[in-house]
Amino acid sequence: MSLELKNVEKKIGLDTHIYSTNLKLEKNTINILLGSTLAGKTTLMQIMAGLDKPTSGEIWFNNENVTGMKVQKRNVSMVYQQFINYPNFTVYDNIASPLKITGVSSDETKQRVGKVAELLKLSGMLNKKPNELSGGQQQRTALARALVKDSDLILLDEPLANLDFKLREELREELPKLFENRDCIVVYATTEPSEALLLGGNTATLQEGKIIQYGKTLDTYNKPNSLVSAQVFSDPPMNIAKIKKLGDQCSFLQNDIQWKTKLNIKDGEYKVGIRPHNITTYKEGNNTLEIKGKVLISEISGSESLIHFTNGNLNWVSLSNGIFQKNVGDEMNLYMNTDEFVYFDQNERLVSNG
Amino acid sequence: MNKTVNQKAWFFVIPVFVLVAFNAIIPLMTVVNYAFQETFGNNVFMWEGTRWFKQIMLSERFHASLGRQFLFTFIILFIQIPLGIAIALTMPKEGIGVPVCLVLMSMPLLIPWNVVGAMWNIFALPDIGFLGHSLNALGFDYNFTQQIGDAWFTTILMDVWHWTSLVVLLSYAGLRSIQPAYYQAAEIDGASRWAIFTKIELPKMKKVLTIAILLRFMDSFMIYTEPFVLTGGGPGNATAFLSIDLVKMALGQFDLGPAAAMSLIYFFIVLLVCWVFYTLMMRNEEKS
Repeated sequence: MSLELKNVEKKIGLDTHIYSTNLKLEKNTINILLGSTLAGKTTLMQIMAGLDKPTSGEIWFNNENVTGMKVQKRNVSMVYQQFINYPNFTVYDNIASPLKITGVSSDETKQRVGKVAELLKLSGMLNKKPNELSGGQQQRTALARALVKDSDLILLDEPLANLDFKLREELREELPKLFENRDCIVVYATTEPSEALLLGGNTATLQEGKIIQYGKTLDTYNKPNSLVSAQVFSDPPMNIAKIKKLGDQCSFLQNDIQWKTKLNIKDGEYKVGIRPHNITTYKEGNNTLEIKGKVLISEISGSESLIHFTNGNLNWVSLSNGIFQKNVGDEMNLYMNTDEFVYFDQNERLVSNG
Repeated sequence: MNKTVNQKAWFFVIPVFVLVAFNAIIPLMTVVNYAFQETFGNNVFMWEGTRWFKQIMLSERFHASLGRQFLFTFIILFIQIPLGIAIALTMPKEGIGVPVCLVLMSMPLLIPWNVVGAMWNIFALPDIGFLGHSLNALGFDYNFTQQIGDAWFTTILMDVWHWTSLVVLLSYAGLRSIQPAYYQAAEIDGASRWAIFTKIELPKMKKVLTIAILLRFMDSFMIYTEPFVLTGGGPGNATAFLSIDLVKMALGQFDLGPAAAMSLIYFFIVLLVCWVFYTLMMRNEEKS
C-alpha cells in the first residue's frame, strides 16, 4: 500500500496554491504535514483524498492512478479542525454512519462501533447528541467515525487546533496509540512542531505551497535541509546569525564571540541557526559558549522560561527549563550549546552539523 | 461579598418604562377600556363586563373570518417555506451571481405594502391587467373581483410573490453558515443529496427556519393592507381576513366595544400560537 503524488500542482485562477509536488507515502506510516496557516496543508490533503482535483499531475494509490476518482470510491476518512458530526444523530449513529452506507450488517456494526467507542472513551455517551458533548468528546466522536471504517487513508487536518489546552494534551497523547496496528496510511496536518515530534513517523515541512523537506521526523528536525525547513520546524523561531569561518575558528559577525568548529568546509561567511532551547541560562553539553544579553522580554510558560534578549544588533530567543524570573533591562549571561548549531551557506542550504 | 444597596438605579429604568408605556401599554389599555364598556360620545362610558367578549366568541361572523384567516396563513406557510428553502438551495454560493440574486430577491420586500396591493390589482384586472387579460385569453374564466376562487388565488399569489423572498434570504443565510467541511464529510461517507439535505442542511437551518415561520405566521395572520387594496375583502366577505373585518367593525360600523374585544382576542391568538410554536421548537432544541 502506498500513496504517491506525481508532479501534483494546484492553481486557482492566477494563484498557485501547491507548486509541483512529488511525495511518496508508505503503508503503516504516520506522515505529518508541518507548516504555518496557508502553507497548503489542507489543499494537499484534499487532493490526496480526492475531494479536490489537482490542476496538473497524478495521484497513485497502490499502483493505480486515482487522479479525479470520486472520494466515495476511495476508501478514505477525514477529521477536521472543526468538530464535524451529524447534528441530530446520536453518537452511536454518528460513528455507525460510514458503515451503514456501505451496508455492513447490524451485528458487525454494533461490535465495531463498540470497539472504537471504547478506544476513544465514548462508551458512556453513545446515546447522546453531539451538542450535549464537550468539544473534546465531539472531536473524539469525529475521530471514531474516521477510525471505524478501516480506511486505507486517514487524513487529520489539525484535529486538535480547536480544543483547549488540557483536552489537546490529553488527546495528543492518545493519538499515536490509535493508529497502532492499523493497515493504513495516516496523514496529519499541524502547525505545531511539538505535535510532529510527539507523533514521530515522517514529517514534511511545507511553506507557501512547497514541500521543503520530507523524511523521518527526527531527521527532518535534526538535519533541516535549509533554513526555511528549520524555521518551520522550530517553535519559538530559530535564532539566525551571520558568522565567519577561518580555519577551525568561527565567530559571529556582529560581536567577537569565537568558538572552535570541526566543520570541514571552505573558509568564508555562513549563517548559523540556533534553536531557542540551545540557548539557556545554565551550561548544557560539553561545548558551551557564553553570551551576554540584555533582557527584552521574559515570560514563564509552564515550567519553562522564555527570555528574549539583545546582543549586538540582534534579538535572540532563549528557552530554559525551570523558572527564571528576569526584569526587562537586566544584564545576564546565557550559554549556547555549540554542538547543536546548524550551519547554512549563503543560499540558506544546510552545510553540515557542527 | 457585600452588595451596596443603591435605589437610584431605578432612575435608569424610567426612560424605557415611559417609552414602553406610551407605545404599548397605554394604547393596549385603551383597547381594554373599550372592550369592557359601552362607549358613548363625550367620554361617557357604561360598564358592560364580558358582554362584548361573549358576543364576539359566539358570533358567526368572527368564526368565519377567523377560519378564513387560518386557512390563508396555513396555505401561504405551506407554499412559502418549502419554496423559499428550494430557491435558497439553488442560489449561487460564490461569484457575481450572489449579489445579483440577493438584490433581486430583496426587491419585493422593499416595495410598500399598499403599492404591492395596487400593483397586483392592476396586474390582475381581467380586462386590462396583464395577468387577468392573459388568463382570459388562454381560455380561463378569471375574474378576481367577482369569483371567490380567483380572489383567493390572486391574494395568495400576491403574498407568495411579496414574502417568499424573506424565507429565501433567511434560509440562504442559514445555508451559508454551514461549514464546507460538513459537505466534505458527507461526501466522504458517500451520502446522497437527499441525505445531505435532511441530515445536515435541515438540522443546521432549524433555528433560522423557526424564525422564518414565526415571522411569516405573524405577518400573514395580521395581513391588512395588501388584500384591502387588492380585493377590499371581497367579493362579498370572501377575502375579509381578521384585520379587515376588525377595521370594518370598528370604523365602518363604529362598534367600538365588540371591535375592542375582538382585537384583544385576536392579539391573544397570535401570542398563544407564537408561544406554543416557539416553546415546542426550543424544547426539541434542548433535547437534541
